[in-house]
Amino acid sequence: MQRQRHEMLTTRRVTLMGLAVALLCREARAAEPATIAFDGLYKSFGVLGFQFSDRVTSLRGQEVRLTGYMAPPLKPESHFFVLTREPLAICPFCQSDADWPVDIVVVFMKEITPMVSAGRKVVVSGRLEIGSATDPETGFVSQIRLVDARFTLA
Amino acid sequence: MQLRTLWHAVAIGSAFAATPVAAQTIYPINRAEILEGSRFDFKVEFPNAPTSADVAVTINGKPAAEIFGKGTTFTQNEEGQKHSALWLRGATLPAGNYTVEATQGTNKATVKWEVFATTQPRRAKNVILFIGDGMSVANRTAARILSKGWDEGRYNGELAMDDMSNMALISTSGTDSIVTDSANAAHAYTTGHKSCVNALGVYCAKNALTLDHPKVETIAEVIKRRGKMAIGVVTNSEIEDATPASMVAHTRRRSDFNDIVKMFHDVQPDVIMGGGSPNFLPKTTPGSKRTDELDFIARFKEAGYTLATTKTEMNAAVAAGSKKLLGLYNTGNIDGAFDLRLTRKGTVSKFPDQPDVVEQTKAALDLLKGNEDGFFLMVESARIDKYSHSLDWERSVFDTIMLDNAVKVAKDFAGDRNDTLIIVVPDHAHPISIIGTYDDDRPGQLLRDKLGVYADSVPPNYGPLDADGYPTKVDTSRRLAVVYGSYPDTCDTGRPDMTGERVPAVKGPDGKTNIANEKDCTGPLAARRTGNLPFDANSGVHAADDVILTAMGPGAEKFRGHKPNTYVFRVMAEALALGGE
Repeated sequence: MQRQRHEMLTTRRVTLMGLAVALLCREARAAEPATIAFDGLYKSFGVLGFQFSDRVTSLRGQEVRLTGYMAPPLKPESHFFVLTREPLAICPFCQSDADWPVDIVVVFMKEITPMVSAGRKVVVSGRLEIGSATDPETGFVSQIRLVDARFTLA
Repeated sequence: MQLRTLWHAVAIGSAFAATPVAAQTIYPINRAEILEGSRFDFKVEFPNAPTSADVAVTINGKPAAEIFGKGTTFTQNEEGQKHSALWLRGATLPAGNYTVEATQGTNKATVKWEVFATTQPRRAKNVILFIGDGMSVANRTAARILSKGWDEGRYNGELAMDDMSNMALISTSGTDSIVTDSANAAHAYTTGHKSCVNALGVYCAKNALTLDHPKVETIAEVIKRRGKMAIGVVTNSEIEDATPASMVAHTRRRSDFNDIVKMFHDVQPDVIMGGGSPNFLPKTTPGSKRTDELDFIARFKEAGYTLATTKTEMNAAVAAGSKKLLGLYNTGNIDGAFDLRLTRKGTVSKFPDQPDVVEQTKAALDLLKGNEDGFFLMVESARIDKYSHSLDWERSVFDTIMLDNAVKVAKDFAGDRNDTLIIVVPDHAHPISIIGTYDDDRPGQLLRDKLGVYADSVPPNYGPLDADGYPTKVDTSRRLAVVYGSYPDTCDTGRPDMTGERVPAVKGPDGKTNIANEKDCTGPLAARRTGNLPFDANSGVHAADDVILTAMGPGAEKFRGHKPNTYVFRVMAEALALGGE
């Protein structure tokens, strides 16, 4: 009896969870953010600077989704991390932002979030900001950002 | 950039913690060898913040100010810290032996300096210093095997750097560590002084700001101050990176890239080539890494430099007879020979017209050789080291071959004129060795099964050489087995990574511990290696092993036996007779 009830409860819980997930998915589909990619961020990329692509410029201020790699986080939990096109190869003496690739995207999370392993591919959704900005808290200068963001493992 | 500051504050803080306290500290330090007439900052730090009445400093028994012919300044509680400081910025001394004594109550600290003269007339018109960053003996051996071939115990040729008249074993330690980094190691070559990890053109004192530490003059500054010789700095790393920066920089923290760009502009080497353009661009330019509005592209142009951003532009500038050249060919490091030639990975698609170190060396020599008073050229093959950090030996060895081809260009330039001193030297070693060969035809399923050692080590079957001496195929069935002695948790695939530079480890979810990069753990032979480095290491580390220097030309005969790295500066300064006012 006991076991039967447990199974029933479990089944009911799964059903409810399934419903919730379905509802959430429907909601998510309704507000599906535009997907951008590292390859499409720039229309010109050179030694003397770069220009954002027309698509990125047109999506400024809107919710977008971008897949990349989480750079080694400074802290296990943070509201801030750097998204890179490729996993970073790092040496102990180039472990400063001075040596980071130029085409990074800085991600400011909606809330403090546990970080995942560097080298894990993540899908980040957030509001797209472009243009030079200095983060008052960390002093980090960035050209392109996703703010109020959240991420999932890719 | 606060993140950077944070990282280095930790590094510097721990370095200080290891320093013994309570004694007076004198800079330059004991056993310093100082070029006659060269500028250096004299500093004495007194613990517990005494007043000037409580201390005395003498040089050869006389007041310091009398010996220097200039007054010193005394600051109690320097920067609010618990020490007092006596300073003389920009001191010089005539040749001789000096004993410096700093007395504080009953405590006396003593250091001895040798200020060395250089004999006239000058013996070399030109000096070309090649630095193979992190180039260990196995790099040379593997480069010889890959680019010359091996048959029945003999190589089918010598490297250009092998076939030079003189050789010495060089020790690379810094003042604070037997294992040093590229900043401090290159600083020893360009200043003749020993200093600490992370430092360029300074001794590591207690100053809080990285740019305030006691400075020593670099060879580029000595040359520019004294006369009309031209200076060239060529690398395939970012130009602000440690080795090229050591020609011009004075900072306790090598990652002060934005300040280092300004220091390049202050010293004005005639040829400056490498990657790392973002630190030249004002903050508002997308792609900039500056934190201010300074536009160093514009400033260098105003100072008479031709700007080249591609190989084509570089060659055009040389053909047009430019006297000053700023070449910036990548936002980061210039791609290495392996990716430029075989994979076209890395950033090759973004920067398809980058010159390699050989082409840069040719261009630099063509531009500098017209100078009647000669030139000093530093050429670095930077990624030999960077790829060894990534445990990516194939790429490291390709860049060793590239360095050797650049040395060949210099030897051809020097010809039989006997007026050019050429030196080829690593700045430090990596723990890298060749232990045999992998043969895919050996029975077994594991990487260890495929390894042949001693008599089972069959000759490798790398593809035919191209016109520049690089093998055209490296992902072959019989390959060198190269091992690194230091590594984080990682996976060894036993074959080159044709998709891009190896990433041996990645940061784990705790943000501190590094774990194997699973990308390398799934191949048919992939072998999991439990790291032998501290858990926070993400790549291989340098080794304290001595390195091999080879040299030719006037002054090269002084390289023999075993020498400290500072001796390289001394030989170059003597060959160019840089002593005196």
